[in-house]
Amino acid sequence: MVEYDAGDIGPDMSFLEMLDVVNERLMERGEVPIAFDHDCREGICGSCSLMINGVAHGPERGTATCQLHMRSFADGDTISVEPWRARAFPIVKDLVVDRGAFDRIIQAGGYITAPTGSARDANTILISKDTVDTAMDAAQCIACGACVAACPNGSASLFTASKITHLSLLPQGQPERYGRALRMVAQMDIEHFGGCTLYGECQEACPKEISIDTITRMNRDFLRATLSQGHGAIARAE
Amino acid sequence: MNRLRLLWDSSVGKKVVMAVSGLIWVAYLVTHVLANLLVFQGPGKINAYSALLRGTGGALWAPRLVLIGALVLHVIAAAQLTGRGQEARPVAYAAGRRPHASTLAARTIRWGGALILLFLVYHVLHFTVGTAHPDFVEGNPYQNVITGFRDPVVVLVYLVAMAGVGLHLYHGVWSSGRSVGISPPSPRPLRRSLALVLALLVWIGFSIIPIAVYAGLVR
Repeated sequence: MVEYDAGDIGPDMSFLEMLDVVNERLMERGEVPIAFDHDCREGICGSCSLMINGVAHGPERGTATCQLHMRSFADGDTISVEPWRARAFPIVKDLVVDRGAFDRIIQAGGYITAPTGSARDANTILISKDTVDTAMDAAQCIACGACVAACPNGSASLFTASKITHLSLLPQGQPERYGRALRMVAQMDIEHFGGCTLYGECQEACPKEISIDTITRMNRDFLRATLSQGHGAIARAE
Repeated sequence: MNRLRLLWDSSVGKKVVMAVSGLIWVAYLVTHVLANLLVFQGPGKINAYSALLRGTGGALWAPRLVLIGALVLHVIAAAQLTGRGQEARPVAYAAGRRPHASTLAARTIRWGGALILLFLVYHVLHFTVGTAHPDFVEGNPYQNVITGFRDPVVVLVYLVAMAGVGLHLYHGVWSSGRSVGISPPSPRPLRRSLALVLALLVWIGFSIIPIAVYAGLVR
């Protein structure tokens, strides 16, 4: 690890703004800035990552790194910053990791097949408030990878389960429900993520505070699909 | 067969196997602990229960084979999933990874399981086969318990092992329901009343016997 001195940091700066300041200083001195991922800086895109003092997205609960402010640290603190560490997330440079494995899990089944064209009228399909709320809680996943980073097994279960839960609770997700569970879980294994021990670290690290209840739902859909249809569910979906 | 293959090849499916095999053992442990508590009613009851089991002849091997099969599957799946988990993070965090939500029971589930396996071998040699027992009398479990727990080292081994089993169940029973997908959604998913009750029953139920024998309350 390399130690950098970060002076003139205000308490209202975000963690990424602090890194911007550090990088500006480095560039002024003609040194190479530290590479890190960021995009919207509003906590909704899932680009930022960072393991801060051994905690995914830092010390504040339900907060992505971009929404973490320097007032969460004491003046003069030494803060350790690391990239997500997982075999499935190869390091591109410094703090930037390749989260393409998540894209491939989505490609395996994290979608619905629907005719394109003009959008349907609202409220043509009625869904209960409870169901919508649970589905939308799961849909909050921004695919940042904090669940993998915080998991002792490097498991992507919370991510995959969020997507499966989001789609399998809604009527539009029903036709492909079981094939989806089988294929997304299979892809998760192919990408070399670890298994789930239900430590619960993922839901604690998740900036969207997604519950491990989603993992229970994923397991149920996977088990049902396996016992009732076997490989046929994959074949039929293709 | 293709369905079982699909189940076994998947990390989610292996956890289902671990959950079901684990719950088979939990069911057995509950009957085991309740039967053991007969020791407090004197030699008659527990020796009669033992004679009843032995009187079934070869039929006793049916549940035994189920338990052995469940154990083998549980251990193989655990070993493979542990290997998977280690391979999933080949480079550890330099500053460590600070645990937040995981319980002691969850963090000790793997090597705790290995210790329980070692204990199981000793326990079978101690009270079933009798070769690790100083004064084993075939068909008289009451007597074997009394003489077996005279040695404080043996008592200590049993107490440590039962604490380990209790911890293993505290995480295992709770996570099994989630692994097979039958746990209802909860606003506090980490809470586990049923697992706590079962873990306490097994831990306390098994532990009070060596304590009572060593303290001379059962003689």
